[in-house]
Amino acid sequence: MISVKKLYKTFGKNQVLKGLDMDFKQSHITAVLGPNSSGKTTLMKSLLGMVIPDSGQILVDDVDIKNNCDYRNKIGYLPQIARFPENLKVIELLDMIRELRQSDASCDTLLDYFELRPFINERLGYLSGGTRQKVNIVQALMFDCPYLLLDEPTVGLDPLSLIRLKDLILKERGKKKTILITSHIMSFVEEMADEVIFILDGKIYFSGHPQKIKKEYGSYTLERAIAKVLSGMPKLGHTNGHSRKDEILVPMIKAEHD
Amino acid sequence: MIRILKYSFFDLMRSRWTLVYCAFYALLTLALFTLNADISKVIITLMNVILTLVPLIALIFGVIFYYNSREFIELLLSQPIRRSEIFIGQYLGVALSLSLSLLIGVGVPFLFYGIFMSEEIFNYLTLLLVGVILSMIFAGIGFLIALKFQNKIKGFGLAIFIWLFLAVIYDGILLLLLAIFSDYPLEKLAISVSMFNPIDLSRILILLKLDVSALMGYTGAVFQKFLGSTMGMTIAIGVLFIWVLIPLLSIRQLSLKKDF
Repeated sequence: MISVKKLYKTFGKNQVLKGLDMDFKQSHITAVLGPNSSGKTTLMKSLLGMVIPDSGQILVDDVDIKNNCDYRNKIGYLPQIARFPENLKVIELLDMIRELRQSDASCDTLLDYFELRPFINERLGYLSGGTRQKVNIVQALMFDCPYLLLDEPTVGLDPLSLIRLKDLILKERGKKKTILITSHIMSFVEEMADEVIFILDGKIYFSGHPQKIKKEYGSYTLERAIAKVLSGMPKLGHTNGHSRKDEILVPMIKAEHD
Repeated sequence: MIRILKYSFFDLMRSRWTLVYCAFYALLTLALFTLNADISKVIITLMNVILTLVPLIALIFGVIFYYNSREFIELLLSQPIRRSEIFIGQYLGVALSLSLSLLIGVGVPFLFYGIFMSEEIFNYLTLLLVGVILSMIFAGIGFLIALKFQNKIKGFGLAIFIWLFLAVIYDGILLLLLAIFSDYPLEKLAISVSMFNPIDLSRILILLKLDVSALMGYTGAVFQKFLGSTMGMTIAIGVLFIWVLIPLLSIRQLSLKKDF
């Protein structure tokens, strides 16, 4: 399990994370959503040790990640912008990451799955954006890591590749992995996520299952529900019926500064 | 670290700019040989080119290389590798490929013109050594600048300013000081001031080795007079090695604290 405890981070005068507390569960796909500059990528990067938090703790399998690099063996990371060294060939990049991880994992199945075979001897600089994203996916998923962090995984993919990616992610969930996704494509999130965590101004604004969020805001799609949240419209069912305590949309702002 | 170094090195050796850089030195050296068959004169001319050009190109290469590989560094940071390994490996990749371009570009024509038969072989090796040391120092400074400044324009601006300062302005200031305070004994000051400029120090080192007093300038002459040629050269080489270490250690320090 990955636990985030009271995470604070400030860049210059800009306080990006204001006491985030969350756990990412096994066999769950958690989508971290939020408007631009809400702190999603900072959170992802903190999990990877790329951003060093001002205070707070991140535990991966109960081990603090501070000044530690071995835990990253357990994490497959798909960065947002897939820009690799232009002069390396696809196969050299994959071999390199394998060597860096000192692993003999095979990428053959994934290369066939995304039909990348014809490109393995191409230089990365000559690939199209979508093909590069597929290479990015292969490098993130080839190691069979128990944790997957996918930052905008759908960027540049054609419809067929997108379906293949979705199937692949669901299959990985079936292998009891902990999967974390950020995306601005709400239909993708709605289809894939078991839990949505919505971050606003460096705090968790609400969290819960996408279906519940839609119901709460009376929208047909998650996209519209999120739009309502962002434009400050009230949710439905404030007074009618079910108790809101165990519901989603519990504002978590009160948890700050304690 | 060797793993990172290997890949960044191969990546750079295949890049067009490394080839252009190498070809430039090869053509220059060939041209100098065609114009003048005297090996020691070729060495002096090359020295002047190397002292000016190597720092500039190494600085710019260091800066460009870091900015171009920012996303790649992010990928490396997400792997189970220590930060110091990543950055020092990358830096050594730039420094080595620059040094190798210089060695091949300047070296091959010299082999062709029979450097091994000549008495100038040690002067020639000193020139190459200085070229390599300067490549390492300035590639390191360039890398450090890029690591420090997210903004590319600031990074390039500072790199070019540092080059201008050390290659041109520094000597001017030194001369000015010497002229103003010519009534005082300034030898020790001159020696210590030249320690702070690796380009100056390299020039002194080569000229002490070549023993051309006419070209030594004030600091070179002071070095020879007060320290003697051998002592002067030892100190110059020692300080140059410290200069190689400074950016290396700073890269390591800075990389440990930085957010990406």
